[in-house]
Amino acid sequence: MRYIPNSPEERAEMLREIGCPTIEHLFRPIPEKFRLKEPLRLPPARSEAEVLAFFRELAARNAAATEYALFLGAGAYHHFIPSVVDALISRAEFATVYTPYQPEIAQGTLQALFEYQTLICQLTGMEVANASLYDGSTALAEAVLMAERVTRRREILLARSVHPEYREVVHTYTRALGVSVRLLEYDPEAGSVDLRTVTLSAETAALIVQSPNFFGVIEDIAALAERAHEVGALLIVAITEPISLGLLRPPGELGADIVVGEGQSFGLPLSFGGPYLGIFATRERFVRQMPGRIIGQAFDQRGRRGFVMTLATREQYIRREKATSNICTSQELCAIMAAIYLSTMGPRGLREVAEQNAQKAAYLAREIARQSGFRVRFSGSHFNEFVVQSERPVTLVLDRLRERKILGGLPLGRYYPELRDCFLVCVTEMIPHSTLQTYLQVLDEL
Amino acid sequence: MATYPEDCLYTREHEWIRVEDDVGVIGITDYAQEALGDIVYVELPSVGDHFSQGEPFGNVESVKAVSELYMPVSGEIVEVNEDLAESPQLVNEDPYGDGWMVKIALSDPTELETLMSASEYEEYVREEKEK
Amino acid sequence: MMETPCHVSRDEALIFERSRPGRTAYSLPPLDVPTVPLETWIEARFLRTDPVAGMPEVSEVDVIRHFTRLSRWNYAVDVGMYPLGSCTMKYNPKMNERVARLEGFALHHPLTPEELSQGSLEVLKMLEELLCEITGMAAGCLQPAAGAHGELTGLLLIRACLEARGDPRRKVLIPDSAHGTNPASAAICGYSVQTIPSNERGLIDLDALRRAADRDLAALMLTNPNTLGLFEEEIEEITRIVHEAGGLVYMDGANMNALVGIARPGEMGVDVLHLNIHKTFSTPHGGGGPGAGPVLVTAELEPFLPVPRIVRRADGRLALEEDRPRSIGRVRAFYGNFGVLVRGLSYILTMGPEGLREVAETAVLNANYIAYHLKGTYEIAYPGPIMHEVVFSDKRQRAYGVRNVDIAKRLIDYGFHPPTMSFPLIVPGALMVEPTETECREELDLFIAAMKAIDRECRENPELVRTAPHRTRLGRLDEVAAARHPVLRWRPQASPSRAEASPEGAPSERPLSPEP
Repeated sequence: MRYIPNSPEERAEMLREIGCPTIEHLFRPIPEKFRLKEPLRLPPARSEAEVLAFFRELAARNAAATEYALFLGAGAYHHFIPSVVDALISRAEFATVYTPYQPEIAQGTLQALFEYQTLICQLTGMEVANASLYDGSTALAEAVLMAERVTRRREILLARSVHPEYREVVHTYTRALGVSVRLLEYDPEAGSVDLRTVTLSAETAALIVQSPNFFGVIEDIAALAERAHEVGALLIVAITEPISLGLLRPPGELGADIVVGEGQSFGLPLSFGGPYLGIFATRERFVRQMPGRIIGQAFDQRGRRGFVMTLATREQYIRREKATSNICTSQELCAIMAAIYLSTMGPRGLREVAEQNAQKAAYLAREIARQSGFRVRFSGSHFNEFVVQSERPVTLVLDRLRERKILGGLPLGRYYPELRDCFLVCVTEMIPHSTLQTYLQVLDEL
Repeated sequence: MATYPEDCLYTREHEWIRVEDDVGVIGITDYAQEALGDIVYVELPSVGDHFSQGEPFGNVESVKAVSELYMPVSGEIVEVNEDLAESPQLVNEDPYGDGWMVKIALSDPTELETLMSASEYEEYVREEKEK
Repeated sequence: MMETPCHVSRDEALIFERSRPGRTAYSLPPLDVPTVPLETWIEARFLRTDPVAGMPEVSEVDVIRHFTRLSRWNYAVDVGMYPLGSCTMKYNPKMNERVARLEGFALHHPLTPEELSQGSLEVLKMLEELLCEITGMAAGCLQPAAGAHGELTGLLLIRACLEARGDPRRKVLIPDSAHGTNPASAAICGYSVQTIPSNERGLIDLDALRRAADRDLAALMLTNPNTLGLFEEEIEEITRIVHEAGGLVYMDGANMNALVGIARPGEMGVDVLHLNIHKTFSTPHGGGGPGAGPVLVTAELEPFLPVPRIVRRADGRLALEEDRPRSIGRVRAFYGNFGVLVRGLSYILTMGPEGLREVAETAVLNANYIAYHLKGTYEIAYPGPIMHEVVFSDKRQRAYGVRNVDIAKRLIDYGFHPPTMSFPLIVPGALMVEPTETECREELDLFIAAMKAIDRECRENPELVRTAPHRTRLGRLDEVAAARHPVLRWRPQASPSRAEASPEGAPSERPLSPEP
């Protein structure tokens, strides 16, 4: 076996050397009855070429972005990934290392994560960020648990315009702890949180919104923050499309107390839903309640700057059942990918890619609205996603698009029964003008 | 060598209390600070909080350990040592003086009788070390 | 004294400090649609007026040089032995990287219609089935993103199962040798934690377990082999005690590398377990993730598994089933860390059944080989027989004023990554060594020689060990100061004043010295 260096002869020698009669003897602590008498029923070992061919065949069964134009977003976005990202994180010195417990030989990971934390703070307008959580949905659940710890209150208000799968994850996490969840309606015209229905109380730990929300509509964070703070609750803002931060005012500037998000747009491939990147940022005064690894600056005896994992007493390996979270392994390599992506884009690149997304989405929305039988469902401000309402059955529309190698959008009926005549459309910089024309032509032909 | 001032009373969890006019000043002992190592953060309650004897009232943290603080007596917090927020090292440098943590108005002074004297505590620490 | 110019590659600044106005590293195609003023699409009050402050302006070459230089300060599995106990830092096969990067997977959107996602669904279904076979369990869920996430999922499953039995309970038992995620996960699920002491052999104290196994017992969380590298020989009695008390047995599969192909937890009475794909199944750990922590369960717990479940329809097609009324719900968006899972499947298909058995055999042999050669030099707290890892302690070296952390730092000078020290908590001064099967004999011999040399140094020159490492770019960092006054980010205006790293172009005061 090519991954096991020692030959059978070498292993036999080692056994003799340590005075062990057989390999089997090493496993004597396992009761005889539990030791397998036959090999596992797994496919037989195959060569590298065979395994690669097997996976090539499977990969070809997927409709990937190489063959289809993706107008799918909803928490996973097809953006251009500069070649430098993969080149750098393919380096074994980043990929094949453990959590940086030994700072003297992990400064590469530590400094890159410190840079990541800084970039997230700059983008979100928050004061501190951790070194990543699993993904956007679990980051949101962790934010809810943190809000409960900070406020010691037992109720949250969760906007229905938050990604439905994120909401379900929040339910899974809070149910066990007995935190009650109240849902907030969206304004049926604007598509943003209906401020009139927001009824907070002295029991409310947090108000939770997403912006741009699941419908692609930008929320009025400043107004929501004011409402939350009136009763001493925290405002949690989730962001599934962080490219929007290149164009939009940062939530931290508008009064958010915790900003969480999905960082996949920052240089991570779609990869059928993971690995992605859980962004988590908050105010300095809450830092000791923050979950996850945090990297801080430190100096050695000679005054040289370095970085270490710090404030570790919040974490499970020290505080055990009293830890702020159970998280151990998170998504550090993905955070480094985001740092590389953002360093590559720089302030102007991020702004430009954000503008391209907004302009292309605005163009398609404008043109769709001119087609008979279609309208843009919500009147609020959008970034790169919007909801289309169709007089023709949604499946028919999407099937026709699919025939032209276009995955035209996500039907919303499954998530919002009242929107069963609607689908969510996302346009990124990856969609050329010609494809937008094909899209419009298909709608026109219906 | 750890010290054990005579004017304090001690708990089995290594807190000390010094009572002056029904107000108790509370901190952790020299032995405790030495065992914890460099203290990086002290989490304390707010003025006005009530605690009963033996109840946890805060934490002291070193880089890689956290220890809970337990109330030697019942009462209401009347003052907390604000200096520890900026300078947690005071607990290491002067555990019975500038490193004090909270002051408490005792609600039941008879509870003091359950605590150890300096010599009893010294003996207790010796036994702990031998374990 | 003349100042010697120092090349920045020895002391790479922060990317922000490298920023020079006007440099660019990105390229985008020209915007090819008619544009409108942005304010007609986004209300002006939502728009930022300036670009994001503090983002670096650098060229592509700057980016490559910066991160490449940083990477060289890391020690990695591809460089040498990384015997971090319970972390299973084995070789990460390169072909798995190639598989995960196939465009049909990498550019596959998670919300693509099912009929156009059959390839990725097949990967997940196949992996689930193979993991069931490897562990002897009935069903599985691949969604948890890491081991701790698997623990959380598994405990929620136990909770749901006990509630369905009409007998919700509140207590989780955890041995004192367990990893810290176990109690933390139990607490997040709303359980109270009771610690079970280990006996003098380092195994679960059965009498203590019997006493604790009362009507409130929800689950025992068990790592097997445990973090001392010892197999719980009384596993049958342990699971019997828990089941008779009405509780369930959770197994932390972090140490599955000792068991693959040798024995199956499902046959030992385990009800739920998680695996770490980034340990046993060879995927790179990435400096702290991404990982994957699939959960495997018995048939009784299957109805409670998270949604969606991947099911095969009558026509052979795979589908995502959402409508499962008894499910604990969703534990994350989409379907898990697919890119990690596909690497794990690639590994299993490459190894085959005999190969996986060889993994466990060789891993256990290598650990025993190290234990045999070092037992005369370092104290072994619990003599074993050990499985895939061995826990030494610094008991003998402490007489010379040297502690486990010093030995660990000195190992760095000898070219090795240190062992695990933060647990098990029941071994003071622990040095937990897990060589894995992918170390060759010469590397093991070098490690043994280094450990013996350090022991000699402890006796002859303890100060040398106490002040290690000596051959790294940085010495030991002041973690106390870092925690007392945390600096958790760079700030655009006020960069650090003390020992400020030299920005490119401005030579540092430090002399040029060769790479260690």
